[in-house]
Amino acid sequence: MEYLEFELPIKELEDQLQKCKIIGEESEVDVTETCAQIEKKLSAAKKDIYKNLTPWQRVQLSRHPNRPYTLDYIRAICGDTFLELHGDRSFKDDKAMIGGLGKIGDQSFMFIGQQKGYNTKTRQYRNFGMANPEGYRKALRLMKSAEKFGIPVVTILDTPGAYPGLEAEERGQGEAIARNILEMTRLKVPIVTVVIGEGASGGALGIGVGDKVLMLENTWYSVISPESCSSILWRSWEYKEQAAEALKLTASDMKKLKLVDEIIKEPAGGAHRDREKTFKLVSNAIVKSFEDFKNLSPEDLVSNRMNKYLEMGVFKG
Amino acid sequence: MSWFKRKDKGIQTSTEEKKDTPKGLWYKSPTGKIIDTKELEQNFYVSPEDGYHVRIGSKEYFEILFDDNKFKELDASLESKDPLKFVDTKKYPERLKAAQDKTKLKDAVRAAVGKSKGKDLVVACMDFSFIGGSMGSVVGEKIARAADYALKNNIPFMIISKSGGARMMEAALSLMQLAKTSVKLAQLADAGIPYISLCTDPTTGGTTASFAMLGDINIAEPGALIGFAGPRIVRDTTGKELPEGFQTSEFLLEHGFLDFITLRKELKNKVNQYIDLILNQPLRA
Repeated sequence: MEYLEFELPIKELEDQLQKCKIIGEESEVDVTETCAQIEKKLSAAKKDIYKNLTPWQRVQLSRHPNRPYTLDYIRAICGDTFLELHGDRSFKDDKAMIGGLGKIGDQSFMFIGQQKGYNTKTRQYRNFGMANPEGYRKALRLMKSAEKFGIPVVTILDTPGAYPGLEAEERGQGEAIARNILEMTRLKVPIVTVVIGEGASGGALGIGVGDKVLMLENTWYSVISPESCSSILWRSWEYKEQAAEALKLTASDMKKLKLVDEIIKEPAGGAHRDREKTFKLVSNAIVKSFEDFKNLSPEDLVSNRMNKYLEMGVFKG
Repeated sequence: MSWFKRKDKGIQTSTEEKKDTPKGLWYKSPTGKIIDTKELEQNFYVSPEDGYHVRIGSKEYFEILFDDNKFKELDASLESKDPLKFVDTKKYPERLKAAQDKTKLKDAVRAAVGKSKGKDLVVACMDFSFIGGSMGSVVGEKIARAADYALKNNIPFMIISKSGGARMMEAALSLMQLAKTSVKLAQLADAGIPYISLCTDPTTGGTTASFAMLGDINIAEPGALIGFAGPRIVRDTTGKELPEGFQTSEFLLEHGFLDFITLRKELKNKVNQYIDLILNQPLRA
């Protein structure tokens, strides 16, 4: 397990606890008392640290290298039923955007999400979760296919942004995202969206228009990353903490602003500390959300979704 | 023997007495051509020497598109709030105030309905001079309402994009305007009302990732910068030198994202020609 800087006091106590247990096992010394004391300290430290996370610390947690990624969720939730589907049918298969069919219980879902890698090689293979236009077009193809057969869609958001590359521009990154957003506003099947890590700007929203949008507790969602915001508005990379603060990008801020619908609480210390529990929580949240929409007519579903997005924004006059 | 002889050393005229050339008499195009501003105005703000399309705002576009410059402005009173209490090196309300004072505009878009070649047209036109034409809640709402006006009254709709993208000071609220405006465009599309997207210099970021690329036709002025990621970001990310003409109107036309490029002086005719053709109505002269 890797630790972030602000988690170091926890690491220290965990190491102590480990040592204490080993001493107990290897010698006759009764360590029960000492261990209990350390455990008490540990749980207090955890509470203290995780209760008051700053927005920037949450951003760091959302990018934690041990955090589960899209396929981890899908495989855990659907098990053997998951069937991955590839390609946009016009250019190529984007490895940063994955999709496919799978079951939760008796119900089939179309899963679509950005995929990050877990080591240098796979990170490159997945282009760090930054999709190209063909990724968004693949996503749209799968959504339209789901619509055709009345299968609900689950989108899983985890991207530092759409890929800002030369070829991406040539192939119409803007158009691909725009098309997805428009088509998602009127897709005739339920869409449940879960932000599991980073929700960066148009690259996230390009698969993020949903009847219900859920955010895991330690994720962020905004129009720009704190680093880029800092570099543009402060003209320096040094102000990312302030930028994270200013952007109101945490799950609770987003809920308060009514831009997302619900927060899924994570296990103490973050999703990666108890992956199985996290998968269960997300699975339950998807099923529960789907329950809310499965009996709506396609017309009501679409009109509710449209009205929800039409209400977003704050202005006077 | 010199023609003139300086009697006193140095410049004697006091600052107050110095004569200024009145501002705004001349315009210098990026290729260095000097044009009389009056002449520029009469030529649709296009440099007659090199065809450069000068950046103009809603006032000028309305003048170009609406007959006799007559139109009714829609939702003119909408103004931005500061829902996030956003502070960077400046407070957001201060930026808004400064932009309003400088531009005499309320925000970065104006919408209007009027006759263009004798028939109604709804136009939402962005103003780059207002915080880089950035899209926050007001821009999203005004575009949505203008589209709704077009929908309710069955009038063709046009958006003139000129924007750096979403407005950072409204963060995710700005981002969701991409979805909000798209909802209305989807409704227009379902109702069979034509929507024309005109991309002008520059059209980047969130505008490109929403309404600017969603027209029944996407058209552009010559030489405009149009793209999702700005050229500097693309260069920094890829470490590659960008090809000549990258992300210009001509580049997008070549790659299949524009229907055509139109000169500003032909804009009104072309737009109305398309409307007459797509609605299968007699062509207006």
